[in-house]
Order: sequence, then C-alpha cells, then structure tokens
Amino acid sequence: MSVKANFLLAHWNVFVAAILVAGLVWIAFSRVESDLIPSLAVAPRQGFIAPDFSLPDANGETITLSALEGQVVLVNFWASWCPPCRVEMPAIEAVYQDYRQKGVIVLAINATAQDDAQSALNFVRSNGLSFPILFDGDGSVYARYQISALPTSFFIGRDGKIGEVVVGGPMAEALLRARLETLLQEGR
Amino acid sequence: MLPVLQVGPLVLPTASLLTVLGLGAALWQAERQANRQGLAGGVVYDMGMIGLLAGVAGARLVYVVRFPEAFLNKPLEIVSLNAGLFAAWGGVAAGVLAALGYGWRKGLPLWSTLDALTPSLAMMALVIALAHAASGEAFGAPANVPWAIELWGERRHPTQIYEALAAAVILWTIWPRRAAGSEWPAGVRFLMFVALTAAGRLFLEAFRGDSWLLPLGLRGDQVVAWLVLAASLWQLGKRLRPAPGQPENKP
Repeated sequence: MSVKANFLLAHWNVFVAAILVAGLVWIAFSRVESDLIPSLAVAPRQGFIAPDFSLPDANGETITLSALEGQVVLVNFWASWCPPCRVEMPAIEAVYQDYRQKGVIVLAINATAQDDAQSALNFVRSNGLSFPILFDGDGSVYARYQISALPTSFFIGRDGKIGEVVVGGPMAEALLRARLETLLQEGR
Repeated sequence: MLPVLQVGPLVLPTASLLTVLGLGAALWQAERQANRQGLAGGVVYDMGMIGLLAGVAGARLVYVVRFPEAFLNKPLEIVSLNAGLFAAWGGVAAGVLAALGYGWRKGLPLWSTLDALTPSLAMMALVIALAHAASGEAFGAPANVPWAIELWGERRHPTQIYEALAAAVILWTIWPRRAAGSEWPAGVRFLMFVALTAAGRLFLEAFRGDSWLLPLGLRGDQVVAWLVLAASLWQLGKRLRPAPGQPENKP
C-alpha cells in the first residue's frame, strides 16, 4: 500500500471526523431561508405555477385558467387526429363526471393550429364529452406550455401549482383518479 | 433538454429510454464483473433480473394499496402497462429485498457480490444524471454564474451537469483496474462508491432548486446523505483496518 494510503489509515478517525464536521457546516451554510422551493415562478413544470391563458370554448365564451383558482384543474392538450388522445378521452369524461361535484374541472385544449376545429367538434359530439373544449387557434398556449408530444396533461392544484405533468398517453382511468384524489386531498 | 423522442407515431420519454438502456448495460456489466471476481456471473445476472421484476411488481402493488379506490371501476388496470401507476420507493424496496433474498439463497457472498455490482450501480448513477438532463428534472436554484442555463423560466445552476460530472468521476474512481482493485478487501469498492455518492449529493444538493425541506430550512437530502456518508465511512474503516486478531477480508 502507498505511503499516502498508510497515512490515511493511521489517521482514519481524524479523517472521518473532519469530513463529517465539514459536512455539517455545509448543511448549515446551504440551508434555505424560506420554504419557497421551487419559487413561485411560472413554468409548465411540476411544482411551478401553471402559465395563465385565456381561450375560447366551443360556444365562443372565453375561459381563463387563473379564474379557476381554488379548483383542481386538469389541462389536457389534444388533437382529433392523435390516436392516444382519442383513446383517453372517454376515461377523462368518466372521471370528470365523478369528480366535477368535488371541485374538479377539465379543460381540454385542442391544438387547433395543427388540427381542424370541425373534426375536433365532431369527435367531441360523437363521444358525448361534457367538459369545456378550448381552441388554441394560433398555437400560443401550446408553445407557452412547451408541449413536445400529444397528448400532454397538466394536473393543477387549488393553489394554481402544477402537481404533475403526464407526457404521452393514453392515461389509465386509475391514474386520473389517483392524481385528482391526491390534489383534492392536498388542497383541503 | 430533450424530454421526449418522437419516432413516427411513437412518443418515447427520453429519461425512461435512457434508464431502460442503462439497466441493460448495468446487468451485462454486473455479470462480467462477477465472472472476473470468481463469482457465478449467471447467478448475479439472475439476481439483477429478479430484483428488476420484483421491483416492477412491488411498485405496482404499493401503488394499488395506496390508491385502491382508483382501481374500483377498472380492476384490470392493476396489470396495465401505464407507467404512471407505479410507486417508486415501493419498487426499490421490493427489488432490493428480492435480490438480496435470491443472492442469500444461492449462497452469494454479500460483500464480494456488492463489489461486483458496484460498477453497474455507478453506471446507473451516471445514466440517471443524464436522464435528469434530458427531462429537466433535479433542476438547480436560480443563479447568476456565467455557466448558468436557462431552464423553467430562469437562469439556473446546471445541477444535472454537476450531477453527471460527479457520477463520471465516481465511476472512473471505482472502476475495477487489476493492479489497484485486486488489493482492496471485500466490500471496499462498494463502500467507496456509497461514500463518494453520498458526499457528492451532500455537496451538490446545495445548488438544487427543488430540495425537500426539513424544519429550519435544512435540505432533507443533505441530512440523509450525511447519515449515509457517516455509516459508509465507519464501515469502510472497519474493512480497511481489521481489528487485531481478525482475518483480513480478502476479495
């Protein structure tokens, strides 16, 4: 064994004590002054405030996300040509029916810039979807939420913070129920 | 950041893809290293596979136990392939227990087996750091340093890069080299990996922007890392300096 290794082993306890004391000092030095981690920054990511938007629904009425604070919101980006989007919609509808009275709202944002509004409406009618369908005509909300694939879903808590982001699909009904239940319990 | 790979109609989460590829490489390396150490490489490989399968089953089972009402309407979703229906820590616990149980039944020596697994564990630590870089998870605190990166609306410490660099250095340090590695007593390689990883986490956690906090603003991961560091250094000292009269722990 080298001279250095022998020296280290001969003074092992001193070496360990020095490292552990340095570790404690570092922990104390790097503690956080407030509990705002992550900060109250706005970003399309878990733990951050969901970016606000205002979009028209199928009746031409404008719905604004920030006006829904106090409710648990599921924002689902979708398109009518997207197979997993189509598959998961009935599960979202079933869950919406069970949870709407408990303070859950679903906003299904159609990626209209890369879809056809009429095809989207036809799909909504044929599947009897009752939650608001919003139309992102210029793709600005799609861009603000940095969507990289369809479908993408954002589970937003009563405080406006994103609880989870699910990229891709289709989501299982059990997953929807578990996530919404968790957010409802957190907000109590 | 590259959260997903779009291959035709398929959307593949980059982090999950990296993790699966990393697990394959880690299993292969574990078998190879076990053979080099004179252990039954096939048994070590099987132990890894059993750990993985038990981990997947355990993660789903814990999730179902945690949210039983979510499966009432569609009980068949208990066996669905949906990646969101897993409880990570339940999976880790089940996987480790199953692997340890299998290794014990097959008579694998604990410390030497852990040494054989260590390069694989270090590879996985690097893969996880790269997966974090791809997904933007484990992000840094806001910073004004020249090397800060724009992420989630602010300039931040590139903690994923710090994490990857630390993992690469640890991998290089513990990677078996005949001349140096053959001198180490059994368990030392594994304990060095644990101690270095804990020390790295303790240091780098200070730059994170998503730490879970304890009272007084202490970062929980740092406290856990400090405890792991203390335990691993204590055990490392025992194995490097056997008490007088005790046999040396040859590999």
